[in-house]
Amino acid sequence: MTPLGLYVHVPFCAARCGYCDFNTYTAAELPGGGDQAAFATVALQELDHAAVTLGADARPAATVFFGGGTPTLLPPEELVAILEGIRQRFGLEPGAEVTTEANPESVGPRALELLRASGFTRVSIGMQHAAPHVLDTLDRVHTPGRAGAAVAEARAAGFEHVSLDLIYGAPGESADDWALTLDTALAAGPDHVSAYGLEVEPGTALAARVRRGELGLPDGDAMADRQAEADAAFSAAGLHWYEVANHAASPRARCHHNLGYWRSHDWWGVGPGAHSHLAGERWWNVRHPSAYARRLAAGRSPAAGRELLDATSRRFERIMLEVRLAEGLDTALLSPAGVRAAERLERDGALELSGGRAVLTLHGRLTADAVVRQLTD
Amino acid sequence: MAVDQSRIRNFSIIAHIDHGKSTLADRILEMTQTVDPRQMREQLLDSMELERERGITIKSQAVRVFYESKVDGETYQFHLIDTPGHVDFTYEVSRSLAACEGALLVVDASQGVEAQTLANTYLAVDAGLELIPCLNKIDLPGAEPERVAAEVAELLGEDPDAIKRISGKTGMGVDEVLELLVEKVPPPGGDPDAPPRAVIFDSEFDQYRGVIAYIRVVDGTFAKGDAIRAMAAGTEAEIDDIGFFTPAMTPVETLTPGEVGYLITGVKDVTRLRVGDTLTLKRNGATEALPGYREVRPMVFCGLFPLDTDRYPDMRDALEKLSLNDAALFWEPETSDALGFGFRCGFLGLLHMDIVRERLEREYDLDLMATMPSVGFEVTLTDGTEMDVHNPSDFPDPASVQEVREPMVKASILTPKEYVGTIMELCQDKRGEHAGMHYLSAERVQLEYVLPLAEIVLDFFDQLKSRTKGYASLDYEPIGLKASDLVKLDVLLGGDVVDALSMLVHKDKAYPLGRTLTEKLREKIPRQQYDVPIQAAIGAHIIARETVKAFRKDVTAKCYGGDISRKRKLLERQKEGKKRMKQVGRVEVPQEAFLAVLELGDSR
Repeated sequence: MTPLGLYVHVPFCAARCGYCDFNTYTAAELPGGGDQAAFATVALQELDHAAVTLGADARPAATVFFGGGTPTLLPPEELVAILEGIRQRFGLEPGAEVTTEANPESVGPRALELLRASGFTRVSIGMQHAAPHVLDTLDRVHTPGRAGAAVAEARAAGFEHVSLDLIYGAPGESADDWALTLDTALAAGPDHVSAYGLEVEPGTALAARVRRGELGLPDGDAMADRQAEADAAFSAAGLHWYEVANHAASPRARCHHNLGYWRSHDWWGVGPGAHSHLAGERWWNVRHPSAYARRLAAGRSPAAGRELLDATSRRFERIMLEVRLAEGLDTALLSPAGVRAAERLERDGALELSGGRAVLTLHGRLTADAVVRQLTD
Repeated sequence: MAVDQSRIRNFSIIAHIDHGKSTLADRILEMTQTVDPRQMREQLLDSMELERERGITIKSQAVRVFYESKVDGETYQFHLIDTPGHVDFTYEVSRSLAACEGALLVVDASQGVEAQTLANTYLAVDAGLELIPCLNKIDLPGAEPERVAAEVAELLGEDPDAIKRISGKTGMGVDEVLELLVEKVPPPGGDPDAPPRAVIFDSEFDQYRGVIAYIRVVDGTFAKGDAIRAMAAGTEAEIDDIGFFTPAMTPVETLTPGEVGYLITGVKDVTRLRVGDTLTLKRNGATEALPGYREVRPMVFCGLFPLDTDRYPDMRDALEKLSLNDAALFWEPETSDALGFGFRCGFLGLLHMDIVRERLEREYDLDLMATMPSVGFEVTLTDGTEMDVHNPSDFPDPASVQEVREPMVKASILTPKEYVGTIMELCQDKRGEHAGMHYLSAERVQLEYVLPLAEIVLDFFDQLKSRTKGYASLDYEPIGLKASDLVKLDVLLGGDVVDALSMLVHKDKAYPLGRTLTEKLREKIPRQQYDVPIQAAIGAHIIARETVKAFRKDVTAKCYGGDISRKRKLLERQKEGKKRMKQVGRVEVPQEAFLAVLELGDSR
């Protein structure tokens, strides 16, 4: 049976970062059961709903991932309670991966120890950057040294798997700033890193500042340099790419929950605005925590919309997602035009074709969207 | 109501764009009470949407009005023939003038005489028309009647004081002009008893009634039911309907010498009743045609391609329909490696080209891509074969070419004298030969140059306007072909020749043009996944090179649960966007790139 992942979206942050367009709220008090204090209770209600909906398809979860928002803004006991709720309703596969995202400033030794002891296996820390002025531009409140300290605390709490999230390409970031960030991140000794080029999402404070000309963005060539530098630095440190933006020290250290997204597995997303996917059907919950809570309190599904993927869309998505993986894309998925495109892309040095799989080169990873547009011909 | 031949007055209005021709025509119709004031609207005679928008006249009109003279109390029958006023339609203008005995020469009292006016004035003088000069817009604050009157007087050899000061807008002086028409324009000659002859001075296609021919009767009488013959085309048909315009079509029993009107036969094809042809009776008709007929030939060519290749059949239908109404439009299928299936189209000139293109897009809802305009060349091959080339990509292998001839024009440019230097410089740069210069007045100069039409077609007019702040005006007439040292300049993208970008240029200009063109293309072609070399070449010889560097980054970082649908849709949209680009070999080329050459002037 297709592995099942559970995602729990905790839609709260201490403050909203200027670049963030995620579904997150900073007010502690939201009406109608939408507040932080009620979150665990409401999430458990959705898990009840999920168990009923899945019925005979319910199966032990292969992975659990708490994301946000800032999950660690909740008391660790509540995260544990939700995990316990998952265990009771679905069970966990032996060796299941259980991750929480954490902001450096919102976790400490006590919480990490409790989480680890309660079955969490992995922490993903939002370090983002090491240069103070870049953290400032990104509205991140932690000090540069705090992320490294958090890694050490996670290690001390017994976490084998600790990941750092990094962002490059913020306004004002120099090549040296990014080199410093790479050095700092690697010195902390994570077994997984994710590095994202900053994308200015419409409607964010950052987008407004860029539009007003207050902030300038690096050009595409500079972004390419940053990613290439990151790729080289991570590889040299033994963290090998397994997805366009993700590197891990070993196959075990990869984020198996995210691999589920990229391999078109099933996942249930719990929480306001969370997305789910089951056997070619996708749906997403209402975004506002209060609306979400009211739906569940009334015994209704929190889903706001649904999409049934047809064969063409499913094929498109599989090409789009699988070609980004180091394990590569099964070329049997390609149309004749797609195969011709793949051969062309190999000549251009964007792809390597062997054993019926297409794998991106570094050049291909930097231009993966263009590769996908051609492979889906 | 018919009047005696001696009380018919046929006249036209000669004016530059915006000098107030249509407003004056409106006023004349109003003052002769031809048009109910309630139905009065601006530019009454310009019926096509495009004409109203652009303030130009493309099709002729011929309105019959009755005027009671204040001097002798008699009723006169006027035919006002409104003509196109652009260099592209000189032949149509000449035929319309041939249908008249007089013309109002209307000159804006602040602008003065323009090249167009001058050219049409000469046409009118050549046709033996009585000219009545008027200074229009005399009510405007910028009017300089003394200066402009001197110019017009110089042009016609008249006394400046004899030139009427009028305002089409307020109607001031228009009544005097009507009296002058009675007094000065001679009544039409023509023998009522001779075998009938009439000249076609315009025609249009009506989807219900077929071709409506605009005619001026010279001799004899045409009546409904007559079997007629077009003498040049050999077309024979029966008159279904005959009449005049008020401007509405008004049927009558007969049209007699000097009268202007329309005639409908059921013929469905404008090429069978061409402008300039002579109509007579099928039996006992005239043996001698009226002078002046010639077949109009396209002067300017370009490729027009539907952006959506599936609409090729629609475009063919559209061209067929437009051709029904436009005997001068030439088209034939063209296949371009770069642009796919489309049509090579030939036009009278640049305005005609613009109009056709705009009508195809607007009236037939087509999205078109146009290649750069070119002219028709004659080529003699070394083996003596002659060929016409109106598409640069058809140009033969240079090794087999003995001689190339290109169309030349005699250009007349009117300008305030301070711009003479810059215009001479421009003309020389455009391979022009100075052919004369004289002062129209102390301030205004007429320059004459012999120029290759190809240079005019490229960007001459825009450059002339920008160098003279819009004050200079241009007119030109074809004067035949001339042998010239022309080479074919090719553009290669990613190593492949792009047929739609080839052009024939003078040898001396190929290098600078090649350099500018490759630079322009580098700006227009977006970065792709690989380096795209852009080369300009003459034959196998590369004369300029630029490179569009490959983009290095095109990837969205995050692709998690909620991002997947959004990202799929984004990529699908991007793919749609790419479809609007033309794939040339491996290179994606945006449409603007194909017109890059039209901007060459900007950078020089």
